[in-house]
Amino acid sequence: MSVHRVGFGDSYRPREGHVSGGRLERVLRSGRFAVTAELNPPDSADPDETYRRALVLSEVCDAINATDASGANCHMSSLGICALLKAAGYSAVMQISCRDRNRIAIQGDVLGAAALGVNNVLCLTGDSVEAGDQPGAKPVFDLDSISLLDTIRGMRDDGRFLSGRAIKTPPRLFLGAASNPFAPPFDYRPERLAKKIAAGAQFIQTQYCFDVPRLRSFMSEVRDMGLHESCFILVGVGPLASSRAARWMRANVPGVHIPDAVIARLEGAADEKREGKQLCIDLIQEIREIDGVRGVHVMAYRQEELVNDIIHQSGVLKNRAPSIRAAGVTPKTEAN
Amino acid sequence: MYLMRRIATRNARPLELLYLALGRVGLALAPALKLCGLERLERPAAWFESWSKGALFDCRMCGRCVLSKTGMTCPMNCPKQLRNGPCGGVRQNGNCEVQAEMKCVWVDAWAGAGRMHRGGRLATLMAPLDHRLKGSSAWLRSLAKRAGDGDAAR
Repeated sequence: MSVHRVGFGDSYRPREGHVSGGRLERVLRSGRFAVTAELNPPDSADPDETYRRALVLSEVCDAINATDASGANCHMSSLGICALLKAAGYSAVMQISCRDRNRIAIQGDVLGAAALGVNNVLCLTGDSVEAGDQPGAKPVFDLDSISLLDTIRGMRDDGRFLSGRAIKTPPRLFLGAASNPFAPPFDYRPERLAKKIAAGAQFIQTQYCFDVPRLRSFMSEVRDMGLHESCFILVGVGPLASSRAARWMRANVPGVHIPDAVIARLEGAADEKREGKQLCIDLIQEIREIDGVRGVHVMAYRQEELVNDIIHQSGVLKNRAPSIRAAGVTPKTEAN
Repeated sequence: MYLMRRIATRNARPLELLYLALGRVGLALAPALKLCGLERLERPAAWFESWSKGALFDCRMCGRCVLSKTGMTCPMNCPKQLRNGPCGGVRQNGNCEVQAEMKCVWVDAWAGAGRMHRGGRLATLMAPLDHRLKGSSAWLRSLAKRAGDGDAAR
């Protein structure tokens, strides 16, 4: 199965100083520029739907994010996707949102995921139920992203549930959180990042970045506070399919900020989709030059097939071992 | 009331001073309150707390009051009831992702904390709520705890 390359970097035992055996943590700690990508979960019980989407992402990313009903729209669960990904040898980031499950359910899922071989979790508050296709659902929000981080850290480091009850074999997880430098109050965002790090966040995946000057000023504050040395920051990017899609996202997807200049650039192009892809490549090249940015997180909604091209053309993987990049070659376990 | 609670946030500093003063009065009265029996006081205290904080802050009686750590803004008015800071969905105008007409509770909390002496307490990591405490008097519990700590110190 030469196609299933992403997971071949995961190992059972963490290295010295690592909390997980995962490839993502190893790539980041070794100082390499990391790439993660989001898998759009299928509305289907057919595992091949998931594998088709994973396959096109697998060559270029260090871990695949399994979203947890993002936008409050119901899809295959993140734990289900992670189980499929791990069965095929892929590395996974399990996203956990606080919207749909209480603390009892979430802690149980964390143990289950770790037992399935999941090495990374991303702790999220979650979009409100009103944003999704079932706005009448009951919002749970028993925990929030920060108390969730603290809870899982306690499970891992102290070997205890939130109640204090002991866990026989604690989960080995690399803990992630989200950050949105593009939403007000802007001067609070670095402080909030500091709080997430204090609660246990080790890597950060940000919301879509279309506003590089805003990211620069955020990162400058982050550096002033020294936060870039206590966590690995991966900046969110993604191709916009058209100016219409961009306007729709701006109006309907919570927390996504797209400046007018970006929409004007798409409108001015002969082929909007192609321009959207080029814009994404340009953004990655700009973002990687910012001090303190350690990777990118690609969210290509319904355009997964573009991710491979975007990453290759951006040049961010140029210094990687060819065994990881070359198609059809099975890399050694310790390729990273 | 939305308007009242926004006025309260704008006056976070005097309210903080009032809170500190009330705390001291409460501590001084603690021995007398203990004599009455804290359990007997629970219902009137909860009623008074709900009435006063309800009018000022739209208090939801979560039972674990954190107003003084959140810029004198009740975080339970956040539709997601977030107690550790704003979500990533805040609109560009600073309004709530869910209720587009409402200013994000945490945008107000951040502004309120900036006006307070102890605004830095906004960084406190809040544990998840104990839902059994809903409707009970947070003031009485906090007073009993502080008075108990004082006894232990002596």
